[in-house]
Amino acid sequence: MLLQYQIEGGDFVNAGKASSAVKRVLKQLDVPARRIKRVVIALYETEVNVVAHASKGEIEAEIDTDKIIISVKDSGPGIPDIEKAMEEGFTTASKEVREMGFGAGMGLPNIQRNSDHLHIESVPGEGTLVRITNDLRD
Amino acid sequence: MSACPTQAIRVRNGKAIIIEERCVDCGNCCKACPVSAILIEQDDFQEIFNYPVRIALVPSVFIGQFPSNILTGDVFGGMKSLGFTHIFEIDSVVDLVQQGYDGITSCQACEKPAISTFCPAIVRLIQVRFPALVDHLIGVKPPSDVAAIHYRKQMEEQGHDPSEIGVFYITPCAAKIASIKSPVGEEISPVNGVINMEYIYNKLLHLIMNNEVREESGPDSKPLDSKGILWSLTRGESEHQQGRCLAVDGIRNVTEFLERLEETDDSHIDFLELRACDESCAGGVLISGNRFLTVERLNRRAGEAQGEPGGQAGFFDESLYALDKIQARSMLALDPDRTVAMEKMNKLEELLKVLPGIDCAACGSPSCRALAEDIVQGRAQPSWCVFLQELYIRDGRLSLEEADEINGSIWGKERDYRSQSK
Repeated sequence: MLLQYQIEGGDFVNAGKASSAVKRVLKQLDVPARRIKRVVIALYETEVNVVAHASKGEIEAEIDTDKIIISVKDSGPGIPDIEKAMEEGFTTASKEVREMGFGAGMGLPNIQRNSDHLHIESVPGEGTLVRITNDLRD
Repeated sequence: MSACPTQAIRVRNGKAIIIEERCVDCGNCCKACPVSAILIEQDDFQEIFNYPVRIALVPSVFIGQFPSNILTGDVFGGMKSLGFTHIFEIDSVVDLVQQGYDGITSCQACEKPAISTFCPAIVRLIQVRFPALVDHLIGVKPPSDVAAIHYRKQMEEQGHDPSEIGVFYITPCAAKIASIKSPVGEEISPVNGVINMEYIYNKLLHLIMNNEVREESGPDSKPLDSKGILWSLTRGESEHQQGRCLAVDGIRNVTEFLERLEETDDSHIDFLELRACDESCAGGVLISGNRFLTVERLNRRAGEAQGEPGGQAGFFDESLYALDKIQARSMLALDPDRTVAMEKMNKLEELLKVLPGIDCAACGSPSCRALAEDIVQGRAQPSWCVFLQELYIRDGRLSLEEADEINGSIWGKERDYRSQSK
């Protein structure tokens, strides 16, 4: 089963729509609650990243009986050093943004923590592809 | 049908039926039904006379619903005239419950936000719709159960035989009745019976209006302090908890908040008080008075409260007052077999593309999505949709007689205007 969603850059109001819809489907498929939670958190964080940094993005969630593969492709600034970006606390946010409570450098580590397998490809200046693969079995 | 927050109601043969495993006993349907077709199961009042010691457990909203010119002494006196031997105010034990909460809200390792188990409809809502959140539920029994155990023990200590003590709960809500008939997180309920608050209200007003109250009486529990009086109202619990606390009332508001909590927990809330009814227990389906006036009266009563804070003796005894682990029982799954569930899910998505999406409910299901689910679950047919039915007739796939038969099986045969005009 393939689910598709569009993300608009800067549209914080609608960030989370895709994770909400995926959650609903997984509940109806009787996926264990703890597995759903991981998928939803990973996807939600990814959505917020796209909204915050890119001009637009596309989500494809492919669900089969034992796993979900989520691909999020965006047209954004890209990540120059992925390894560094994965470190907890690493952030590109300005001091002002951090004072507002955002950009604590926990986004990607949080996605990693909630993914069984995480793959990131990025071309600076063009965009980023994030692929999250999670087990859905009992 | 549309009043139900879990889409548990269907219309068949002109009558509303309830899909039991979806129902959380919130009572919204009872409030909404224009012809009072939905009845709440309850115990016969005469059952109290099976016990020599007849205890009434009374929540503070019970007093709050009476008009201000009726004296509390007459209300309690009237209850004794009706046959109760002891009257205990439930909210006299909230300090015991508070002790239980203190252990949990100060716990660093516990799942936050900790969610109150005060409202039984909320506990059931989380079980059926938010299985991922059951671990957030605080394992402390609600005040009504704590009071039942506490006062039963007190009567036993005074020398009464356990079999002679009957504990009856005067309930403002349907969910309480269900939680006593089929308890969650407890082996058996400590309450012997539940009495519908509307029933007692009618009886008491009749006695009071006809000057038939034998003598005024106070409650047999110590007077409530303002915390106890307000505990069952919105923010009654949250105002007294540690850390960041939030209170949400109204089951749709609660559902919206829990959906959010399940997806992203950036709220940093430590304690969540959730109540199914608007204005909490003052808005209970069996409360006769206006909910806003009930709240106002209780606030006034709290301002004049004589009770000492922390006045009720006793310590939180975990073996008595802690709940067993609450289990999730999700109702959302289309099928226990994942492969079958996937097939149903695909079929459901296809159906949603065909159904009109206006949620007219003429098919007897509350929304197009609910009908699509009913179809994939074999509980309904696409031809039950009036729009599809029209197309089927035009294509010659359905005869007019068959369509009549279908519509009659949903709306009831007597709705046919032709049978009316005969």
